[in-house]
Amino acid sequence: MLQNSKMKEIVIISGKGGTGKTSIVASLAALAHNAVVADCDVDAADLHLIMKPKILHHEDFRAGYKAKIDPEICTSCGICYDLCRFDAVKKLDPAIEANNCEYEIDKIACEGCGVCSFFCPEKAIEMETPICGELFSSDTHFGPMAHARLGIAEENSGKLVTLVRNEAKKLAEETGIDYLFIDGSPGVGCPVIASLTGADLVLAVTEPTVAGRHDLKRIAELTRHFSIPMVVCINKCDLNQEISNEIENEALADGVKVIGKIRYDSAFTKAQIAGISVVEYSNNGVAEDIKQLWNQLEEKIEAL
Amino acid sequence: MKIIITATGTNLESEVDPRFGRAQYFLLVDTETEEILPIDNDQNLQAASGAGIQSAEAIVKNEAEVLLTGHCGPKAFRALTSAGVKIVHGVEGSVKTAIDKFKKGEYQFASSADVASHW
Amino acid sequence: MRVAIASGKGGTGKTTVSANLAVAWSRLEEKVTYADCDVEEPNGHLFLKPSIEKTEQIGALVPEVNFDLCDGCGKCGEICNFSAIVVLAGKPLTFPELCHSCGGCSLVCEPKAIKEIPRNIGIVETGSAGDLNFVSGKLRIGEAMSPPLIREVKRAIPANEHAVIDAPPGTSCPVVEVVKDSDYVLLVTEPTPFGLNDLKLAVEMVRKLNLRYSVLLNRAGSGDDRVHDYCRKEDIDLIAEIPDDRKIAESYSRGELLVDALPQYELLFKRLVDSIKMRFKPIQEETIR
Repeated sequence: MLQNSKMKEIVIISGKGGTGKTSIVASLAALAHNAVVADCDVDAADLHLIMKPKILHHEDFRAGYKAKIDPEICTSCGICYDLCRFDAVKKLDPAIEANNCEYEIDKIACEGCGVCSFFCPEKAIEMETPICGELFSSDTHFGPMAHARLGIAEENSGKLVTLVRNEAKKLAEETGIDYLFIDGSPGVGCPVIASLTGADLVLAVTEPTVAGRHDLKRIAELTRHFSIPMVVCINKCDLNQEISNEIENEALADGVKVIGKIRYDSAFTKAQIAGISVVEYSNNGVAEDIKQLWNQLEEKIEAL
Repeated sequence: MKIIITATGTNLESEVDPRFGRAQYFLLVDTETEEILPIDNDQNLQAASGAGIQSAEAIVKNEAEVLLTGHCGPKAFRALTSAGVKIVHGVEGSVKTAIDKFKKGEYQFASSADVASHW
Repeated sequence: MRVAIASGKGGTGKTTVSANLAVAWSRLEEKVTYADCDVEEPNGHLFLKPSIEKTEQIGALVPEVNFDLCDGCGKCGEICNFSAIVVLAGKPLTFPELCHSCGGCSLVCEPKAIKEIPRNIGIVETGSAGDLNFVSGKLRIGEAMSPPLIREVKRAIPANEHAVIDAPPGTSCPVVEVVKDSDYVLLVTEPTPFGLNDLKLAVEMVRKLNLRYSVLLNRAGSGDDRVHDYCRKEDIDLIAEIPDDRKIAESYSRGELLVDALPQYELLFKRLVDSIKMRFKPIQEETIR
């Protein structure tokens, strides 16, 4: 594997949803001209609606295990039912069921630990590796893109996130592109950690609301925990000027710089409906705000 | 002495694979005879999680005393050191160069992991 | 009855709907609990401003090895599917952060050298906001396992009370953990391409789980008709609409409840309670018959 040492990985995350993170990622990709984009918000992947990727390659993503009882072998001893901590072994009504097996696995509840299979005296339970989603590598008019679709009610999104990131890194190395933008998932849990680890810089997108401010603090704690430098962008900054100022002051006190402020503007929604990025849709103030953000971000990246 | 080098191929000319848990191959090398036994890491390459820990298990099972690789995360580091395996990270270039440098004592054993935890 | 509020994507107004619905419901002289199961980013408390009466540390069980008893057989490492315990050179080594608390290692250990001990993954807070009962979970920073914490939040909901449950965004395992045993699900969305794309995923999820649900459209009027068209085509019940109003966004930004800041919305949320009950009632009768 070639190592592109110049490659810089920037993760854009937001703590809470609905801050305009994905619209901003699309705009940054449009402005950078030279970036690979990875949609690691695999749970609610929306970036493709703007980037309109042409899928070049796709593969199934398999992960973890799910138990499966063979009703022909099962003697309905109930050991699996007693041992499962995830309530994933369901008791069936023997009067209704045609066969003599009284138990069934609830695939959604099954954690894949394999305890039932290990302790089954009849070896009637097999652990299967299910398809959990799809991984794509694509081309867009802004550059290469890696993305994924997670199956409904599937877990392991943290692992899929890692695969998408690796795919994007591969694309960046193959094409010699220096910037890798990662659209991270919301929250502070498993998928976010998976999109953060090893990144060069985090751009946190927030909004001037009590919830935005609260979540930004959680995100700041998280990036500190993983020792990744962070900068902040306040979207809809004029929605509540007071909180906007407070966020900036609190961030500064933590040594975090607010490098962009974007006004509250319906262009975000309108561009989305038109299926293009905000900077392509609009030429006015809001596009200028995003360009300012990009200039600041680019400076920051160059200084890394 | 038996050492393991992470590599992208199976012979002396192969490049050192910078990844540990998800390396393509582990080359078990006898430093006296320079005999190489390649171990395919395909299973861990695809592993959903815990690849570093499972790879550490493979290193210990093959009774290697030293691991030469690019990067090693904290979980794998803990697993390897607890089993007495010494780690050199930041190794680059061909497998042959890595073996020579190791024999000349040009590498230093790591005292901690060099990359953050992966999930 | 337990009503879960979910949405495919974040930021559609899930917390706004949950908090206001819970308060409006409690003003109908009924005992109601608001439960914040969005444990990665719990925000309900910012709007409900509850007084917290109890804070409980939540632990997930992880193995602890007693090396005096361990015979190095390696079975614990064999049974673990999560690499949370491995046996290297005859010595078990644990990685608690990878443990899913299945208990396999301690079950398989013949010399009984493995004891399960709790590892702190977060907290559950309980209290009240006026007449409303309040429960909220908060995941420890850097922690990846949210489902066990979500289970504890649900356990803290009083059995015979109505509950409004704020789910995390998305459609993956933590969301399923929240909604799977609720009586009714409200899917909150907005009239935009992102909103529709994520709504479709959420609909797929509730259908797969075989749950009763309807859609609530937030910021109605801000985008286009695609959510309406989709619901009509798929025969999905659009239960209510909250208009796109900068006043709502501003009051939200200050952490105010709509039912208090803009009183016309108290009626909207009280009606929503009735609408949900009306839709839920026929099934109850069906089950009895």
